[in-house]
Amino acid sequence: MTAKKDKYLPLVGVFGLIAFWYLGYFVRIVDPVLLPPPHAAAKALWQGMMGGKLYSDFLVTVMRTLAAISIAAVIAIPLGIVLGANERLYRAVEFIIDFFRSTPASAMFPLFLVIFGVGDRTKIFVAAFGAALVILFNVAYGVMNARKTRILAAKIMGASNWRIMKDVVLMESLPQTFVGLRNGISLALVIVVVAEMFIGSVNGIGNRVFTAQQMFEMPDMYAAIFAAGALGYGLNIVFLMIEKSFVHWSGK
Amino acid sequence: MTVSLDAADVPLHWSPGPIDGPEPHITVRGLYKQFNDTVIYENFDLDIPRGKFVSVFGPNGCGKSTLINLISGLIPLDSGDVRFGGKTLQDTRIGYVFQNYREALFPWMSAFENIVYALLLRKVSRPEAEERVHKLVTHLGVRIDLTLFPYMMSGGQQQLVSIMRALVIEPEVLFLDEPFSALDYEMTLFMREQLQRIFEETGMTMMLVSHDLEEAVYLADYVLLLTRRPGRIAAYPRIDVPRPRNDATLANAEFVRQKAEALEIFQREVRR
Ligand SMILES: Nc1ncnc2c1ncn2[C@@H]1O[C@H](COP(=O)(O)OP(=O)(O)OP(=O)(O)O)[C@@H](O)[C@H]1O
Ligand SMILES: [Mg+2]
Repeated sequence: MTAKKDKYLPLVGVFGLIAFWYLGYFVRIVDPVLLPPPHAAAKALWQGMMGGKLYSDFLVTVMRTLAAISIAAVIAIPLGIVLGANERLYRAVEFIIDFFRSTPASAMFPLFLVIFGVGDRTKIFVAAFGAALVILFNVAYGVMNARKTRILAAKIMGASNWRIMKDVVLMESLPQTFVGLRNGISLALVIVVVAEMFIGSVNGIGNRVFTAQQMFEMPDMYAAIFAAGALGYGLNIVFLMIEKSFVHWSGK
Repeated sequence: MTVSLDAADVPLHWSPGPIDGPEPHITVRGLYKQFNDTVIYENFDLDIPRGKFVSVFGPNGCGKSTLINLISGLIPLDSGDVRFGGKTLQDTRIGYVFQNYREALFPWMSAFENIVYALLLRKVSRPEAEERVHKLVTHLGVRIDLTLFPYMMSGGQQQLVSIMRALVIEPEVLFLDEPFSALDYEMTLFMREQLQRIFEETGMTMMLVSHDLEEAVYLADYVLLLTRRPGRIAAYPRIDVPRPRNDATLANAEFVRQKAEALEIFQREVRR
C-alpha cells in the first residue's frame, strides 16, 4: 500500500516547485520579464523540442558529449588497465593524474584553443580530457582492488596469468569502470555546455541558454536550462541501466 | 592421572607422519617460511597419508592457513620441498575451498558456469565440461538451481558450489581452509555430512583447517595438532572411530577420549 503511494512521492517536489514558481510570479518577486510563468517556459520547451531550434541544439550537445566520452573511454580504459596491473607504474604517475584530475578542466580551454582552434574539436577534446582522467583513475583502482581471493581461486585452478587478467581482473574492475564512465559523462556534459557558452560557439544547449539570456528571451532560456537538466539526468539513467544489465553483480 | 609435566619437558611429535605410518601422499621436507621478520615454519617436515582425511588444528595465528597455502602453491616457500607421491605440484590436480566463499566464486558467472570454468581451464572442451558438471550434480544429489548467480544463493549453497568447483576436476588432493566457519550452525552440520559423504565416496586425500576441535576430530582420520610459531607438530593422533560418523559418534567413548586428549595437547601448546 504505502510502497505504491511512495512511488508518486517525487511528484510532490515537482508540483511544489511549480507552485512556488507561480507564487513568485504572481507576487512579482522579480520582474516578470526575468521570471516568466512556468507555462510560458513549458510552452517554449515544447515548441523548441518539437522541431524547433532547441531540438537541434540539444542534439548537437548530445553528439559532442558522446563523442567526448567515447574518445575518453577508448583511451582511458586500456591505459587504466595497464596502470592498474602495474602498481609501481601507477604510483609513478599517480601524482600527475591526481593533479590534473583536480585541475578545473575549464582552466584548460585556452591551451586547447591554441592547439585546436575554435571549433568542435576543442570543446570535445577538453571534455574528453576531463572525462578520461576520471575514467582512468577509476579503472586503475578497479583493477588494483580486484579481490585477491578470486585471483587465487583462478590461479589454483590452473589459470595462466593472461587468463587471470582477462577472465578475473578485468571482470572485477568492471563495476568501478562503470562508476568512472558515469562520473566521466557528467563531467563531459558540464564541460561541453560551458564551452558552448563562451568559446565562439554557434550552437549547442550552452549556446542556446546564453543567447536566449542575451536577447532577453527568458522562456527560451528556462526551456534550454530544463533541456540541459533533462539531458544530464537522462544520460545518468541510461548509464545506470546499461550498468545494471552489464555488471549485474555490482555491489552484491 | 595426576602427572603434571613442565610444558617444556613434553616431547613433541617426533615423526613427520602419523605413528602408524600409512603411505604418505604429500611429503613436506625442510620447509622454511617467514613473513617479514616472523618465522612461521623452520625446518618443518610433514607427511600427509594418502586417501586419508587430515584435520589441521592449532592456536590462532600459528600458521594453519599458511601451511595449506604453501603446500597448495598459493604462496611461495622460502625453502624446502613439497612432493605429491613423488610428483611435483604442477603434475598434481588439486582442489582448494576457501573460507570466504563470497569472494571465491565469480559473481559474473552462474553457479553452473563457475563449475564449468574449472574444467575449461583444464582444457576440457565445453560440451564435455558441461556433461561432467551434470554428472557431478547427479552424483552428489545436489538440489539447487545452478542457473542462479552466486549472489542469489545462500551461504551454504555458495560454499557447496565452491566445493563442487573444486571436485569437478577430480583432484587428487582437496584442501579446505575453514570452509564452514562463515555458515550458520544448521548449514555447517549439513555441509559436514556432505563433505564426509564425498570423502567416503571418492577416497581422495583431504586436508581441512578447522578452528572447531569437535569438527576437526569428527571428520578426521588424523588430527594434525600444531604448536605456536614457529610451527611444529605437537601431535598427530589417529582417530579410530568407525565411519560413517553421525550423531552417535559424538557420544562414542573413543571419540570423546580422543577429543579430550587433543584438547589437552592444544591447551598445553597455547600455554607453552
Ligand atoms: N601475507 C602475510 N604477510 C605477513 N604476515 C602474514 C601473512 N599471512 C599470514 N601472516 C602471519 O603469519 C602467521 C600465521 O598466519 P596464518 O593465517 O597461517 O595463521 P592461522 O593459523 O591460519 O590463523 P587463524 O587461526 O587466525 O586462521 C600469523 O601471525 C599471520 O599474522
Ligand atoms: Mg587461517
